[in-house]
Amino acid sequence: MAVLARADAAAIATRLEHAPPLPPATRLRGPEIGLVMARGRQGGDGAPFNLGEVTVTRCSVSLPDGRIGHAYVAGRDLRQAELAAVLDAALQDPAARPALLEAVIEPLAAAQAAEAAAVAARAAATRVQFFTMQTMR
Amino acid sequence: MPTTDTPLGLTPGFADPVLGAQGCFRALLDAMAGPGRPQRIAGLALPPPPLSAASAAALLTLADADTPVWTDAGAVAEAWLRFHAGCPLVADPAEAVFLLVTGTPPRLATLAQGSEEEPHRSATLLVQVAGLQEGFGWHLTGPGIEHAHRLRVEGLQADFTTQWAANRAGFPRGVDVVLCAGEWLAALPRTTRIEEG
Repeated sequence: MAVLARADAAAIATRLEHAPPLPPATRLRGPEIGLVMARGRQGGDGAPFNLGEVTVTRCSVSLPDGRIGHAYVAGRDLRQAELAAVLDAALQDPAARPALLEAVIEPLAAAQAAEAAAVAARAAATRVQFFTMQTMR
Repeated sequence: MPTTDTPLGLTPGFADPVLGAQGCFRALLDAMAGPGRPQRIAGLALPPPPLSAASAAALLTLADADTPVWTDAGAVAEAWLRFHAGCPLVADPAEAVFLLVTGTPPRLATLAQGSEEEPHRSATLLVQVAGLQEGFGWHLTGPGIEHAHRLRVEGLQADFTTQWAANRAGFPRGVDVVLCAGEWLAALPRTTRIEEG
């Protein structure tokens, strides 16, 4: 779900073109846009406080075999929430799971990991080694 | 269509949650304003068994996270209510704000009656009955009815009118009742007088 939550609708749809077809899904709720309150703790163990509201899109679908998929994604992309919910339901089917994982989830996860690594590499180039500077003096 | 015979077989709620709930709320207001006059509620295509379209839509409109609900409708309906309305389900009828009854209703006197200071803190009882027919049966009188209104209710237990008279005597405390049959519902606010006809 984390991979689907970070991927945009176009990326998921592109991957689905090469995947086995998804079963027809009935919308149970949504996709609809709402707000959730994000809470934080200072230092990880302080008193909880309300950090701010996050726009969230949610969707729940059911498949003909009775499996139900849910998705909550940040942002207001209705298509992404619905695709994520359908995939959540379809991935519960042990027969369909390996093919879907291979065709959709793993390529998306690899792309996201590569992007994160590229950002980390750019940031690492400007890293300041505070302890090294101290010992050089 | 999703399967509905398994506990997880959820069906959708209102096709348009905002307009569906607003339309149903309006119908409930009209029903309470004109006691015994059936109102039609459309908009809920697939109520979970054994709920009727009217009772399921009314509870979906009224119940939320702040209103404890008691129902005897079984696991499928409870899962549906929990998912779509997000209401807490209680085991004791006396603790519930809304009650949805498909079988024999609990005695009115055992439900939350409100207090003299806060009579609105009483329970609202939704009962599924076999049929509602205007023009026959009970003579209804009271606020909201100019002279008398006739309503026949099929499938309600025999001593309901006795319980109702006792409920009415406790005014301003007391329980309000909504009778649901198929896509129709009629309300009996606690001020309405029932005479067997």
